[in-house]
Amino acid sequence: MNATQRRRLLLNRLILILSTAAAVIGLAFLFWILTTLLIKGIDSIHWRIFTHDLVEKGLRNLIVGQMVLAGVASLIGVPLGLLAGIYLREYGVNSAFARFIRNLSDVMMSAPSIVIGVFIYGILVAPVGGFNGWAGSVALAIMMIPIVVSTTDSMLSLVPQELREAGIALGASKAQVILSIVLKAAKIGLVTGILLAFARVVGETAPLLFTSANNDYFTLNMDQQFPSLTVSIYQLATFPDKPSQNLAWAGSVILTALVLLINLTTRYIFRKRKIK
Amino acid sequence: MFNRLFRLSSYSAATLVLVILAAIFGVLYYYARDAIHDFGFWHFITTSTWEVGEDDEGGVFGGLIPILGTLFSTGIAMLFAVPIAMGIAVFLTEISPEKLKAPVGIAIELLAAIPSIIYGMWGLFYFGPILQKLFGGQSNSLLTAGLVLGIMVIPFMAAISRDAINTTPSVLKESAYAMGATRFEVVKDVIFPYAKRGIIGSMILSLGRALGETMAVAFVIGGVFRFPHSLTQPTISIPVLLANNFAEAGDLELSAMFYMALILFGISFITITIAKFFFLKDQK
Repeated sequence: MNATQRRRLLLNRLILILSTAAAVIGLAFLFWILTTLLIKGIDSIHWRIFTHDLVEKGLRNLIVGQMVLAGVASLIGVPLGLLAGIYLREYGVNSAFARFIRNLSDVMMSAPSIVIGVFIYGILVAPVGGFNGWAGSVALAIMMIPIVVSTTDSMLSLVPQELREAGIALGASKAQVILSIVLKAAKIGLVTGILLAFARVVGETAPLLFTSANNDYFTLNMDQQFPSLTVSIYQLATFPDKPSQNLAWAGSVILTALVLLINLTTRYIFRKRKIK
Repeated sequence: MFNRLFRLSSYSAATLVLVILAAIFGVLYYYARDAIHDFGFWHFITTSTWEVGEDDEGGVFGGLIPILGTLFSTGIAMLFAVPIAMGIAVFLTEISPEKLKAPVGIAIELLAAIPSIIYGMWGLFYFGPILQKLFGGQSNSLLTAGLVLGIMVIPFMAAISRDAINTTPSVLKESAYAMGATRFEVVKDVIFPYAKRGIIGSMILSLGRALGETMAVAFVIGGVFRFPHSLTQPTISIPVLLANNFAEAGDLELSAMFYMALILFGISFITITIAKFFFLKDQK
């Protein structure tokens, strides 16, 4: 073995070790965060936080509020995102306009969430004169739209062209083909995309800070300030007293568990389909 | 009839994407126009004072400190995240035993889904104090913010890079191995050149995320309007300024806040557009 070969092998080994070390360091940090959450969770979660509101040191109104905010956001964002995705894949396909919108939608997906909060403040809070639940939901809906557009677009592209042609050959109109053939064929993919979009916005804080703000009491009235789990975590964690901080940890653990559960569910649904 | 209506509504929904983006720029500009009129552009981004005038009216507002805070924290984050994320991506595709690939890959993807507020809280209570012990200074600082931000984008960057690396045809790799190339040489001379666009694209997308991130930073950057003379001092970034002070701002200050949001949106818009058009172009 000559010197060049030895150097090459040495360099190879060095880089492989560094790369493995980088992976180990990265995973260690992430493992550290998850362990912290788990320990804090066992520490701070009691049944009473599910049955009491924030005024009584519980999280009930916040959990319900967060779900309502994200749920209403889905009711607004999902149909719009689906329709736009359908246009891109079924009508526009590769036209200049469709490509333009596709790119814009991807840019919008990466827009800073706080900027969306500021924008909604400008159109739904300042003119109305106060924070309200609707503003929070619309802000989250704006974050959902590009995610749903993108998954709809790619899921519909997986539907074989023959299915559409078969529908047209039977005399179905384009709308009928889309609604009763294409969407049905892509159903599981679309549901997965919607769930992931929901998981993405349910953990958002920044767009809610000055749109729906927060509420210590239980309410389902979207005209008022609306309770939010994430906004409360932000406020509680910065309080100096231990009970508040523990409540913030409890909220974080519940939020993370919810988000991970949705992600694992979509994975399970998707894999099941692949096996079929 | 229904056919036409359906086409029209889906067309409108697609156009809505354009309308919303235009409306964001329009509305931010509309509310920012007082500040733009009073401070101009160059003057605004080079002034480091942020002071409300007497009786909460008027004042002098400049964006230099939050702009620098945003750029510095993002810079630290990228310096930290890029090598580690690349290490993870290479490990997952070329080094890891087959058995580990799936579970580690899934773990990385799940971690990318965790809300950023969790990273922020962990930084505040655990990571910040440790950094303080190691490097002195304050626990909430530019360094803590940058590193927490970096840790937050690692899974995201690693997952996209891994997907880009996986697109390298195995025929290419196998021919290089057959010529006697070492694993590192295959990564350096075959995989990176082939997957370059996707990898750089993943870095820029992560950069965009880091620039606009609020919650991972808000807990740990300190949130004070001061120029950090060392890495371990606190400062503020644009998203954190907005998150902390927006709701209580007076007239002109609020306008200056909208101006800041407009600048942030501009920066992130340009970053993402570059990523899309130069690096991720041929992915769809």
